[in-house]
Amino acid sequence: MSEQSDILPTRQSMGGIADQLTGIPLHFPEERRWVIAMAVASALLLLLMVSVVELFTRGVGIWGINIPVNWAFAIHNYVWWLGIGHAGTLISALLLLTGSEWRNSLNRFAETMTLFAVVCAGIYPILHLGRPWYVYWMFPYPATMGVWPQFRSPLEWDIWAVLTYLTVSLAFWYTGLIPDLAAARDRATRRGWQVFFGITALGWRGSARHWQRWQQAYRLTAGLAVPLVVSVHSEVSLLFAVGQIPGWHSTIFPPYFVLGAAFSGFAVVSIIAVALRSWFGLGNLVTDDHLDLLGKVLLASGLMTGYGYVFEVFDAVYSGEAHEIQTLADRFTGAYAWTYWGAVIFNFIPLQALWWRAVRRTGWMLVLISVAVVVGMWLERYMILVTSLYRDFLVSSWSHFTPSFWDWSTYLGTIGLFLVPFLIAIRLVPMISIFESKELLHEEKEEQQHG
Amino acid sequence: MAKELYGALAEFKTPEDLLVATRKARQAGYRDLDAFTPFPVEGLDRILRFPRPTIPFVGLGGAIAGAGTALAMQFFTNYDDPLNVGGRPIYPISAFMVVTFELTILFSALAMLVGMLWQNGLPRLSYPVFDAGRFHRASKDRFFLCVSAHDAKFEAGEILAFLRGTGALSVELVPG
Repeated sequence: MSEQSDILPTRQSMGGIADQLTGIPLHFPEERRWVIAMAVASALLLLLMVSVVELFTRGVGIWGINIPVNWAFAIHNYVWWLGIGHAGTLISALLLLTGSEWRNSLNRFAETMTLFAVVCAGIYPILHLGRPWYVYWMFPYPATMGVWPQFRSPLEWDIWAVLTYLTVSLAFWYTGLIPDLAAARDRATRRGWQVFFGITALGWRGSARHWQRWQQAYRLTAGLAVPLVVSVHSEVSLLFAVGQIPGWHSTIFPPYFVLGAAFSGFAVVSIIAVALRSWFGLGNLVTDDHLDLLGKVLLASGLMTGYGYVFEVFDAVYSGEAHEIQTLADRFTGAYAWTYWGAVIFNFIPLQALWWRAVRRTGWMLVLISVAVVVGMWLERYMILVTSLYRDFLVSSWSHFTPSFWDWSTYLGTIGLFLVPFLIAIRLVPMISIFESKELLHEEKEEQQHG
Repeated sequence: MAKELYGALAEFKTPEDLLVATRKARQAGYRDLDAFTPFPVEGLDRILRFPRPTIPFVGLGGAIAGAGTALAMQFFTNYDDPLNVGGRPIYPISAFMVVTFELTILFSALAMLVGMLWQNGLPRLSYPVFDAGRFHRASKDRFFLCVSAHDAKFEAGEILAFLRGTGALSVELVPG
């Protein structure tokens, strides 16, 4: 336990932390690497733009989708991105409420990851609409057609859930950011930065009265964000579970999806944590102990996702329903068995290395395992969509799905859509919470003094 | 006084020094106090005797407004254009719950953010304490106690001497 109470090395000073972290945006240290990363990310974003122009010009027929597999890459990647986003909120809000202060070094970039992952997810259903310019039909406005959106449909729930999630994540992120923007404002020497941080900090001055209200608002928003995450991804699973397709119509889906989402998201948080720490030399704030804890969380959420896999099989067999069992057999041995076994292998085999402490504390190993998890979870969503759809009730409507070039280009493009704003954010705002790190450092020093 | 004063500001090295000084100032009879710190200092609001802020009620109000809006919207649209889907109920509370839950949280979270800024009087980009010479360290590693010029006991010379006596690193008067 002594390690846990001393997660930050206590030999550093508060002023040092403030200078180090505000220094990243104010005097950006890694110009060259950033430009290279930005060039790659921009190329991917350009690929997305080209793909979207092609899509809007020629329609969704450029993708590999058709009847019966009419939901493939678009919804698959939507679920994947949204799932990644959820870990940011969970790390930040859930661990704030449970008093796990080691989260203080991770919450800011995890929340930033959430914001941009949700944006990537959010564009997919719109791209998939076929006639994206009618997206406003999802909102209840007094239409001359005299009809309203169908509020009894999960497809309608979806837009409310995702937009709420994006807005609340943004509000929570910004609330936590205000004191740090003020710290950056007070360190800024160039006029442009002074104006930028001066305006975005809203004149925060750290008054005790303000902190009191701020703390209430921040904690309560965290308290709302946790059930929000659960509700949003449960709602996403209802897109499937409410349908009668074998392989989807199952009550295990909401918890199975929420846990899988957290699992893939923690993997991405681990990747970003290791990358940022080696990129900006933040080993004093993101310590090996942090990686150790991330590894444990990843292992735990992975095992819970594994439970979902087991129960999904049990559910299908126990139902005794011929089509359910047929879908299960198709997953194990059918044309897309590689997605099922790929998901099982990538998700759960490398994961077992995290039982060893030395592995958890080694950055590159944690990254490799996390990449395997991200790939595995991507395959899992592919499997859930395609293996359920390609053979449903009628033999006459069986068919196959092969992703086209534009499926892949759109997907790779969204990685650019994620990376470009993330790289810009690294240059604009402190990527590790300054005041929360100082708070933790102070508490640790206190404990040392008073034993 | 030639010039209107905002108050007197004392700088401390640690939160503990600030807490001790604040307690002394309260005992000496100063009432109109505030502190400026780089992070929330535990116990400070109790010593300063601030009333408990009302953000939870703002959040509750937002939550009720959100739930009400969502339910009204869903009941009305189904009332206005009832669509028979395989004989399923027109007003299924269970199917309405998802959007209701989302809007409850959305309105509540936004109400708390706006309420917090509103009650704090933010955004307000310019404020007298920013003119104090060492105040930029309040966001870094120093803890400031401020006695307002509106305090009944406030007297410039006396207050500076008092604050120096509490172990402050520096003291200064802040013009209003």
